[in-house]
Amino acid sequence: MSATTSVTEATAAVTLSGVSKVYGKGGAVVRALDELSLTVAPGEFTCLIGASGCGKSTLLSLVAGLERPTTGALQVGGRVALMFQEAGLFPWLTAAGNVELSLRRLSRAERGRRAAELLDVVQLGGFADKRPHELSGGMRQRVSLARALAQDADVLLMDEPFGALDAMTRDVMHDELDWIAAERGLTVLFVTHNVREAVRLGDRVVVLSSRPGRVLADIPVGVERPRRIDSAPVAQAAAEITDLLREEMRRHGGR
Amino acid sequence: MAEGSSQRGAGVATTATALAGLDVLDLPPEARASGQRQVLAVAWRVVWPKALAVIIALAAWELISVSGWKKLIFPAPGDTLSNLWGQLQTGLLWHAIGTTLYRAVLGFALALLVGVVIGALVSRVRPLRAAIGSLITGLQTMPSIAWFPFAIILFGLTTQSILFVVVLAAWSSIANGLIAGSDLISPLLLKNAHMMGLRGISLYCRVILPALLPAFVAGLKQAWAFAWHSLMAGELLVLIANQPSVGVLLSTDQDQSDLVSATAIIIVILAIGIIVDMVFGVAERGIRRRRGLA
Ligand SMILES: Nc1ncnc2c1ncn2[C@@H]1O[C@H](COP(=O)(O)OP(=O)(O)O)[C@@H](O)[C@H]1O
Ligand SMILES: [Mg+2]
Repeated sequence: MSATTSVTEATAAVTLSGVSKVYGKGGAVVRALDELSLTVAPGEFTCLIGASGCGKSTLLSLVAGLERPTTGALQVGGRVALMFQEAGLFPWLTAAGNVELSLRRLSRAERGRRAAELLDVVQLGGFADKRPHELSGGMRQRVSLARALAQDADVLLMDEPFGALDAMTRDVMHDELDWIAAERGLTVLFVTHNVREAVRLGDRVVVLSSRPGRVLADIPVGVERPRRIDSAPVAQAAAEITDLLREEMRRHGGR
Repeated sequence: MAEGSSQRGAGVATTATALAGLDVLDLPPEARASGQRQVLAVAWRVVWPKALAVIIALAAWELISVSGWKKLIFPAPGDTLSNLWGQLQTGLLWHAIGTTLYRAVLGFALALLVGVVIGALVSRVRPLRAAIGSLITGLQTMPSIAWFPFAIILFGLTTQSILFVVVLAAWSSIANGLIAGSDLISPLLLKNAHMMGLRGISLYCRVILPALLPAFVAGLKQAWAFAWHSLMAGELLVLIANQPSVGVLLSTDQDQSDLVSATAIIIVILAIGIIVDMVFGVAERGIRRRRGLA
C-alpha cells in the first residue's frame, strides 16, 4: 500500500485510514503509528490521549502535512493550523507582528485591524506591541493561539498547548478555547495527556495505545456544556477513562 | 463577525477579568525609571569601567616612565599625548586616517559580500555544507600576514594587495556567523513558519535572516577584528608612495626612531579599533535585548 495525502472537501474534516508512520531506516527504525484509522467530523472537538511517545505528535504532524505517512491514506478537508506546546513565537516580532505574519494574504491596513481583533479574542488587546519575552508563558500561548486562528483554518491541531501552564491560567484558557471553537465552528484535534482536560474540552476522547499508536478506545463525552474541570460529571468521566488507561499500561507492563 | 469580548456572555466576561488579573500577576514589574535620569544612569554605567581602564593604563605607563627604564628613549605619557594633540592639528594624520578608514570600509564591504554569498550558499545547500563547512573554519586559523607574499606577487605593492588580504582575513568570520546562526534556528520556529505558509524567499527574508541576525552580527564583529589586524599588517608591509596611511606614518616613525610619535599613532590605531568594535557591540546587545536574550 502506498501513502496518499489529499486535501478534499469531504464530509469528514479529517480521515485517516490505516495510517502507519515509521521513522528512520536500517537498524534504527521507530514505528510511531501502526495502521491507525480515525475520522473526525467537521466542527467536532476531538481529544487525543495516550502515553508519552505513543505517536500523538506524529499524528498531528501527518494531518498538518509536516510529515508524510509511510503507508495508509490521509484526507483533510480544508485549511489546517497547528499549535505546539511551546508557543514558538518569532522573538524579533511583537505580538501583533507575529499574528500579522499569518495574515500576509490581506492588505497592510486590513492586516493590522485583523491582528488587533484576534488579539482581542485571546484577551491580549493591550499587549499588541509587546515582544514575546515581555509576556508570560500563558500570554505567549494565547498569542500563538491568535496566530493559529489568523491562518483562518478550518481544522485546528493543538499539541499539548496548555501543558506548561499553571492550573488557573489553564482553566481560563479552556473557557476561551471552548468559546472560540464553538463560535467559529472549528474542527479541533487536541492532544493532551491530562484525562480531565480531555473530558473538559472534548466532544469525544480518543485513547491511543502505547507505541506504536493505534486507536484503543473512542469515547463520546456526554457531559453537558458549559463544563468545569472540577465538576463531578467531568471527574466521573475522567475516572472511567483513567481506568481504561491503567488497564492498557498493565497489559504492556510485562514487556 | 461576532468577535471581541463585548459579544460574549456573562461567563466569558468573568473569563476576561480573570485573565487580565492573571496577566498582571504574570508580568515582571516594569523596572523603568523616568526617562532622562535613566539615560544618564545607563551612560554612567557604560562609561565608568572604560574611564577606569584608561586611568589604570595611564598610571601604569607613567609608573614605568618614572621608574627610569630605558630612560632616554621611553616615551612619557604627557609627551606622547601632546605629540598626538599636535599631530591631530595637522592635515597629514587626518589624511592618513581617511585613507586607512577608506580601505577598512572597502575591504570590509567586499568581505561582507563574499562572506554573505558563500555563507548563504553553504548554509542552505547540503552537499556544499559537507564539502566546505570545515574548510571555512580551517581558514580562520590561517594568520593573515602569511597571505601577503602571495598577494604582493599577484598584485604588487598596491592597494589591491592590501584589500585582497583584508577580504581573505575577514570573509570567513562573516560566512561562519551566517552558517552557525542558521544551525541554531529552532526547528519549532521553522515548523511554525511552514504552517504559516512561509516558503522560499519569504521564508528566508521573514524568518531565517531575522533568526540568524544575532549570530550574524557576532560574526561581523569578529570579522572587523580580523580585517583591522590584517589592514594594519598590510599598511606596514605594502608601503605605497604618495599615499599616507596610518601604517605609512607608523613606518616612517620607525625609520626615524621616533618612539613618541609612534606611540601616538598606536593610540590612534587602538582607538579606531575599539570604537568600531564598540559600535558592533552596541548593535549586538541591542538585538539581543530586543529578543530578551540579554
Ligand atoms: N523526527 C523523528 N525521527 C525519529 N523518531 C521520531 C521522530 N519524531 C518522533 N519520533 C519517535 O516516534 C515516537 C512517537 O513520537 P511522538 O509522536 O512525538 O509521541 P508523543 O507525542 O505521543 O509523545 C517516539 O518514540 C519518538 O521518539
Ligand atoms: Mg508529543
